[in-house]
Amino acid sequence: MTDKRLFQGADWDFPTLQRIHDACEEIAESELGLNVYPNQIEVITAEQMLDAYCSVGMPLFYKHWSFGKHFAYQQASYRKGLMGLAYEIVINSSPCISYLMEENTATMQTLVIAHAAFGHNHFFKNNYLFKQWTDADGILDYLEFAKTYVAQCEDRHGRLAVEQTLDAAHALMSHGINRYPGKKLPDLRVEEKRAQYRRQHEESVFNDLWRTIPTGPVKSVATLSADRRRALLGLPQENILYFLEKTAPRLAPWQRELLRIVRHIAQYFYPQSQTKVMNEGTATYVHYRIMNRLHLQGRLSDGNFLEFLSSHTNVVFQPDFDSKYFSGFNPYALGFAMMQDIERIVTNPEDEDREWFPDIAGKGDTMGVLRDVWANYRDESFISQFLSPRLMRHFRMFHLHDDPAETAGIKVDAIHDERGYRRVRRALSRTYDVGFIDANIEVVDVDLAGDRHLMLRHTVLNGAQLNDTDAKRVLQHLADLWTYNVSLVEVDATGKVLKEYVANPRGLAAVA
Amino acid sequence: MVAIHIVDRRLNPGSKSLENRQRFLRRAKALVQQAVKKTSHDRDIKDVLEGGVVSIPLDGMDEPRFRREGGTRDMVLPGNKKFIEGDMLPRSGGSGGKAGGAGEGDSEDAFRFVLSREEFVDLFLDDLELPDLAKRKLAEVESEGIRRAGYATSGSPANISIPRTVSRAMARRVALRRPKPEEIAALEAELLICGDEARRAELLAEIEALKAKAKRIPFIDPIDIRYRRFETTPKPIAQAVMFCLMDVSGSMTEHMKDLAKRFYTLLYVFLKRRYRHVEIVFIRHTDRAEEVDEDTFFHGPASGGTLVSSALQEMHEIVRSRFRPADWNIYAAQASDGDNSTSDGEVAGRLLTEKILPVSQFFAYLEVGQDAGLTFEMPDSSLWTLYERLRLAGAPLSMRKVCERSEIFPVFHDLFQRRVRQERAP
Repeated sequence: MTDKRLFQGADWDFPTLQRIHDACEEIAESELGLNVYPNQIEVITAEQMLDAYCSVGMPLFYKHWSFGKHFAYQQASYRKGLMGLAYEIVINSSPCISYLMEENTATMQTLVIAHAAFGHNHFFKNNYLFKQWTDADGILDYLEFAKTYVAQCEDRHGRLAVEQTLDAAHALMSHGINRYPGKKLPDLRVEEKRAQYRRQHEESVFNDLWRTIPTGPVKSVATLSADRRRALLGLPQENILYFLEKTAPRLAPWQRELLRIVRHIAQYFYPQSQTKVMNEGTATYVHYRIMNRLHLQGRLSDGNFLEFLSSHTNVVFQPDFDSKYFSGFNPYALGFAMMQDIERIVTNPEDEDREWFPDIAGKGDTMGVLRDVWANYRDESFISQFLSPRLMRHFRMFHLHDDPAETAGIKVDAIHDERGYRRVRRALSRTYDVGFIDANIEVVDVDLAGDRHLMLRHTVLNGAQLNDTDAKRVLQHLADLWTYNVSLVEVDATGKVLKEYVANPRGLAAVA
Repeated sequence: MVAIHIVDRRLNPGSKSLENRQRFLRRAKALVQQAVKKTSHDRDIKDVLEGGVVSIPLDGMDEPRFRREGGTRDMVLPGNKKFIEGDMLPRSGGSGGKAGGAGEGDSEDAFRFVLSREEFVDLFLDDLELPDLAKRKLAEVESEGIRRAGYATSGSPANISIPRTVSRAMARRVALRRPKPEEIAALEAELLICGDEARRAELLAEIEALKAKAKRIPFIDPIDIRYRRFETTPKPIAQAVMFCLMDVSGSMTEHMKDLAKRFYTLLYVFLKRRYRHVEIVFIRHTDRAEEVDEDTFFHGPASGGTLVSSALQEMHEIVRSRFRPADWNIYAAQASDGDNSTSDGEVAGRLLTEKILPVSQFFAYLEVGQDAGLTFEMPDSSLWTLYERLRLAGAPLSMRKVCERSEIFPVFHDLFQRRVRQERAP
């Protein structure tokens, strides 16, 4: 029997990794029917892992002090032993790059390959959000371009000017996302070519003479009606970075390009923030299936399997709300439990399941159903569709409604009972809805006729207003980019103005 | 089957974040510097050089985002034990409700991280530089030195490397199967006792062949010969000597010595950063001077009158005997409470201007005062008056008065502050 084993003990070498990968692949393709990008597995040291942490997990990234700050912080806590490192990092690219730590045992490497190189990889390739918003083929090239471009800008225009622009862009990063897909799929390679072309064009047509030629008479103010003006500027616009890139009056072309880079990167990460539960759930379910199969086939020894089970159990541990370890729902735990629950409903449903999930209950084709789910949902819709009463009972979920106006305390709005299932489920799915997580801030108007004052509006939801200090700082950055005054009003659902901020631009470092 | 690549990235250069880290430090420089100085106050002077944890306020290093807070919140939590619908949970006392959302935002107001030893010292001594004296040019002057640089196939016979040559010859002899003398000797011995005619002829032929082969393959061939190669290299003067002169007469208190020690340590750290090799010479004096080790210097008991000239004379002797000014950068720092016998002034002044200052890069005089004293109230002592006169006459002396520990760093900083004017000069 031992010759069937993938490895003995904890040691591994590169041929072992290859064997592990091939074994996992066989199961992933034949049994689970996964469809993955080609895999690239990279073995790195702990220090390199720490490096990767601090440039948002990407293998190459432009330079900025904020990454250094994170690095200093992470390094300090890692050295003190406050923090363990992740076993792996996986990148949504084609080929799909998984980083494995060299310290991992052979069992852990198997787990990680099954988890990242097949679980996450399949999810990246098939989920609609990733298909819509990310360009796995182009991302690495685009990052390379971004890195070089930022470095070039630093050479040409000075490090300070670039840093200030990036600081401002980073502050607005969460408001640099298109939430509604356009007709075109993102294509970062074309994006890079276009940037290059724009530069070449500028250089080729540059003629100093034109700067001195007087411009024509200004159009009369009256011809621009408010509606037409807004239509021209594409207002209201919630993608603030996009708006600045296109319309900020005094940005240099390279500054616009930097905004564009930050915006593209924000967009690239947008799907990941919306699919944490599903993504981890998928990967955990996949590794669980693969590891079990390997064990059944005798390719994994009992001892190694126990080692796997022990770390798997740690990963999917969900502390109760009153535990000192609690910090919200563990996406691994919730995701994995839901995937397993779907498997149960599909293969072995109870009456309750038939009533709640008539479409899938007893359908028999577990992988077919799961693959469909993985392709077509995000966390919010996934939970609102597939969280079963049984699982709510299992986690003993309850819904709290905290209204500051209510002096008696926090109300238990619903619990895991017949009356509460739907309300608990709706409330939980809401907490994963991006529409509720990010503040809804839009550019509403620009005073073109007057002082070019930029107006923003925050539509306050549930009375949650912006943090005062941070809002002021972000607005300051925004005003620096816009170079004229910027104001932000917070308006509640009835249209009542709750608060108003105004920021005046500081002079950015002289643009060379 | 899809293609798979397994890549070993462990050998790739690590520290990809190093540049980002430096950018961060540069940005946070003012803050980090404050923190470093604060940390170094609390430390033992010997440990100043070690890096360590510093914490800086987050202010100014933050990355603001639009964040929402307050308002009505809904949350779903796991692990219900006893709640039923409609229960009201009291808000205070951190009951279940709070746990959910409290993690948001930065509750920390300070940011802690570890500085490496180099980073620490760099920040500690940033914007300081060695004073730009005329003689500083010497520090930049490079002298020629020779250095071994491998082996060459040609060279002077005096430089033949015998081990290298012989080992190459042996390798060649083995490779070409040169017959060993023992083999020939064995065959010859056999020939002597051999009776069989046919066998004798055979042996003779064999011996002949071996001898011919041994002749063809020489024991040492010209191609084996290797010469040691030398290269001349520019050798910067990368060594400095630091003279610590201190008055240890009865009037110097422990506190004064401590001040002096702190100043010496800073100077040492500073020189160490610039020169590869730094030596320290401790000279203590009362009415006569002696060179001592560090422990005796700071703690050894001594008593007597005060003759500054004795220390200067001692320093001059040591320089002459051990530290050739052409090879060494010489720094001196003198600490004293300022007492000197009046008759000594003339001699000390002459020694200083004629013997000491011309060979020194830098000479600092630190007048230490009583603990409770105020620096600006210290009356000009006899030594101070003397040095002040010399300085006004154009001698390159630096002098400061110090009473308290906290003044040491500012004084040091002041002495070595980067002066922009000289930097510009080509």
